[in-house]
Amino acid sequence: MERFDRRYIFLVIFVIVLFPLIWPLGLPIRVSKEVRGAYVAIDKIPPGSKVYFACDYDPGSMPELHPMTIAILNHLFSHNVKVIGGCLWPGAPPLLEEAFNKVAVEKYGKKYGVDFVNLGYKEGREVVMVSIGRSIPSTFPADFYGTPVSKFPVMQGVNSLSDVAMIVNISAGYPGTKEWVQQVQSRYHVAIASGCTAVSAPEYYPYYQSGQLVGLLGGLAGAAEYEKLVGIPGTATRGMDAQSLGHLAIIVFIVLGNLFYLYLKKKGKLARR
Amino acid sequence: MLPLPLLTTMAAVLTIAVFSFLYKDNPFYKFAEHVFVGIAAGYIVAIEYQNVFLPNLWRPLLAGQYVLVIPFALGVLMFSRFTTRFNWLSRWAIGLMVGTFSGLAIIGFAQGDLVAQIQANMLPLRAHSLIDTFSNWMIVIGLLVSLVYFFFSKEHEGALGAAARLGIWFLMVSFGASYGFTVMARISLLVGRLLFLISDWPASLGMKFVH
Repeated sequence: MERFDRRYIFLVIFVIVLFPLIWPLGLPIRVSKEVRGAYVAIDKIPPGSKVYFACDYDPGSMPELHPMTIAILNHLFSHNVKVIGGCLWPGAPPLLEEAFNKVAVEKYGKKYGVDFVNLGYKEGREVVMVSIGRSIPSTFPADFYGTPVSKFPVMQGVNSLSDVAMIVNISAGYPGTKEWVQQVQSRYHVAIASGCTAVSAPEYYPYYQSGQLVGLLGGLAGAAEYEKLVGIPGTATRGMDAQSLGHLAIIVFIVLGNLFYLYLKKKGKLARR
Repeated sequence: MLPLPLLTTMAAVLTIAVFSFLYKDNPFYKFAEHVFVGIAAGYIVAIEYQNVFLPNLWRPLLAGQYVLVIPFALGVLMFSRFTTRFNWLSRWAIGLMVGTFSGLAIIGFAQGDLVAQIQANMLPLRAHSLIDTFSNWMIVIGLLVSLVYFFFSKEHEGALGAAARLGIWFLMVSFGASYGFTVMARISLLVGRLLFLISDWPASLGMKFVH
């Protein structure tokens, strides 16, 4: 067992994950109360209001988080909510640009600068969060393309975070949801909905339980649940069958590994380390 | 700009090159790794210059906001690290950054975590429904016994020892949940790349492999 080539495990996982992507099984998706919380809070935002969309991830976590961005933007633009996007991760602005083009422009015919704006990236992490709590235009004097933000109608009447109805944070780690809660929610008491990687989700559940987050989407499953709520199946829904079978395979491997371990222990064949 | 099918094919080839590491380390993987590191470094420099240096420092400075000379000078001091004689000057800038971030972190943790989480755990032990009552008991007991486990001022014997052992069980369950979420994250990344290889890549070449 100890000489077992782990590449066989990689091969099995690869085949098991690939299979349902080619032949979908259509396994059911159950919506959790954390995801429903985010959906209900966003659904209650009055049309014409503005939301700060904190896009804090890069291509490394795109498979988990980009479907959330697409699903939530679909929800926001279908309710005619205006979106001000900002990024604390250098790799994020082009991803936000792609999502805006795909959802706002192509699907809902929204206009850049009028219905949404991409403020781009700013270095400074928590300092930027506190700074936009006081003044967004002085922290982001120009958008991602270098145009002064004062020229955009969507920025009229928006000075600080108290002028937005909600912050939606899509977070891949640091800086992300934890820092938004610590630096912004606790100071300025703005409602925050978070979408995060599955790795970070256990760390953020206490923030949902305490009411510091109005909703939480964890990983690909969270994205698929949100897609189900907005009624627009996307890549997360497509990936959920593969996700479920992958989990099943790993559970089988864990059980088999432990059974072999116990068997070898009983036979006294375990190599001394 | 290169045509989209060519760009997508390059991305697909690099993805397969990275996956080849699962078989064993090889020159294709090394090539993909070095390309990624080089492009990431260049991208960061360009975006910091265009999105931060120009709009937040250089242009306002030229427009007459001379107070920005102070952060500009502190930023220049960071480059003193490249000399052995003057590298101590960079400590002023680093000191300012460490002080600022420490201050923000302490306030953020105290307001956002410590006080708010203590408040959130003051739960009614008799709630509206049986399931809520059970959940609240689990949260409160789990919190207390986990704290007991990290209490090292008295030897873990008797009731204290029993509570600490129960605390280990709660901690193990939380580690298990974290591991489960980590597995989910890693499978999601594989799903994303496989979807790209079997769906987006053929589509960019005008082919259809799967829907």
